[in-house]
Amino acid sequence: MELPDANGLCEQLAAQIRPQLTPDTALIGIHTGGVWLAERLHAALGIAEPLGIIDVAFYRDDFGSRGLHARPRKSDIPFDIDGRPLILVDDVLYTGRTTRAALNELFDYGRPGRVDLAVLVDRGERQLPISPRYCPLTLTEPLPAGSRLRLSRSEAGELSLRIINA
Amino acid sequence: MPKLGHDPQLTRNGELQHLLTLDGLPKAILEQILDIAEPFTEVAEREVKKLPMLRGKSVFNVFFENSTRTRTTFEIAAKRLSADVINLNVATSSTTKGETLLDTVDNLCAMGADMFVVRHASSGAPYLMAEHLHATNRDHISVVNAGDGRHAHPTQGLLDMYTIRHYKKDFTNLVVAVVGDVLHSRVARSEIAALTTLGVPEVRVIGPKTLLPTGVERMGVRVFHDMNEGLKGVDVVMMLRLQNERMQGALLPSSQEYFKVWGLTPEKLALAKPDAIVLHPGPMNRGVEIDSAVADGQHAVILPQVTFGIAVRMAVMSMLAGG
Repeated sequence: MELPDANGLCEQLAAQIRPQLTPDTALIGIHTGGVWLAERLHAALGIAEPLGIIDVAFYRDDFGSRGLHARPRKSDIPFDIDGRPLILVDDVLYTGRTTRAALNELFDYGRPGRVDLAVLVDRGERQLPISPRYCPLTLTEPLPAGSRLRLSRSEAGELSLRIINA
Repeated sequence: MPKLGHDPQLTRNGELQHLLTLDGLPKAILEQILDIAEPFTEVAEREVKKLPMLRGKSVFNVFFENSTRTRTTFEIAAKRLSADVINLNVATSSTTKGETLLDTVDNLCAMGADMFVVRHASSGAPYLMAEHLHATNRDHISVVNAGDGRHAHPTQGLLDMYTIRHYKKDFTNLVVAVVGDVLHSRVARSEIAALTTLGVPEVRVIGPKTLLPTGVERMGVRVFHDMNEGLKGVDVVMMLRLQNERMQGALLPSSQEYFKVWGLTPEKLALAKPDAIVLHPGPMNRGVEIDSAVADGQHAVILPQVTFGIAVRMAVMSMLAGG
């Protein structure tokens, strides 16, 4: 399957978000791909608040069966989220379980004014009632079972999407 | 009784199943615990200091010996992971009525225990519990050793390693001195095992001959019977508590005498590197093994040790509970 250029999608995503920004909007990237994307958006949109970062490892719903897999990183939300409009940023939206975990984690920091979801690609096949507000690409056909759609970043900082087959 | 597998602490897949000792624990697991502990330190700064990982699990703190700090930090760690925590001060209950250790274990399992945090005056008691759980097909229940006799105090050793790594970054260029009553100290054994595994090139033990175990050199350490010699150029000073009860026998003359020779004073600490850090597992005996000027001074990292201890215990418990 032919995937579009991630850098171009990133620009489209920024263009979708720009008209909706308010002065107190803050971005929160989900490790790891979501953070790369959020860094791009943060610069492109000229957002005043520093970038927030969360790692949802401690909130995953498969912790009981799978334990902690990758090395978890520190979450860092360097601003008060109470009452603030937040945009949660992830690279790929799939089952919705990562977003669910991220929302749970966010609410342990306070009560945001609103939370929107921005993703580069929606690959469909949701298992939870979650939908993005900003998304430049929606896949119309499901990917083969077990395959993963990932954002990667080159040493030069270029973003690219690739499919890893099971 | 069927014995546990090749390594009683690990599953067949090499994952942590119980935490009984740091002696022989693979370096990769030690480093994994320290890595996982790091993001847990951030939880203390949140509005809601709670993670959902041990929701619905019951952690039994079973202390056959008194402890305040260790039991409290285990309790905080388990509660921050959303576990239900049941504290049993067994020293004042069933055991005094004659119940055996394994009967106590069976009863607590019948109450739905998922994890035991155990302190016992007898070396090997946590191992016996783990073996019993294995023999009775209850491998899903984990045991964490919170100090057994003179044998081991693995979470103390781990939090000490976390503290050293936090301040010194790299273990492989350090000179570390363990000072005091090594003979009676489970903390010292766990520290020495972890330091060696993590690649510290020079571990020293400093203490009077009467308080160092015979053959301590075989643990891979350099032995000093002189504070001024032993502290020269060290990066990390790990003090041990002088247990007051040891004063009774013929091991030591008096606490004043001990302080004069073995107490860590600013003058003695000045022999270490200028950026040396001082650790102490607590509770401290000021004016016995450590001078107040050192305990409250800029080199001391004794209170950060306590805070890091919570994150390290959260890491251990989450590794045992997940998967």
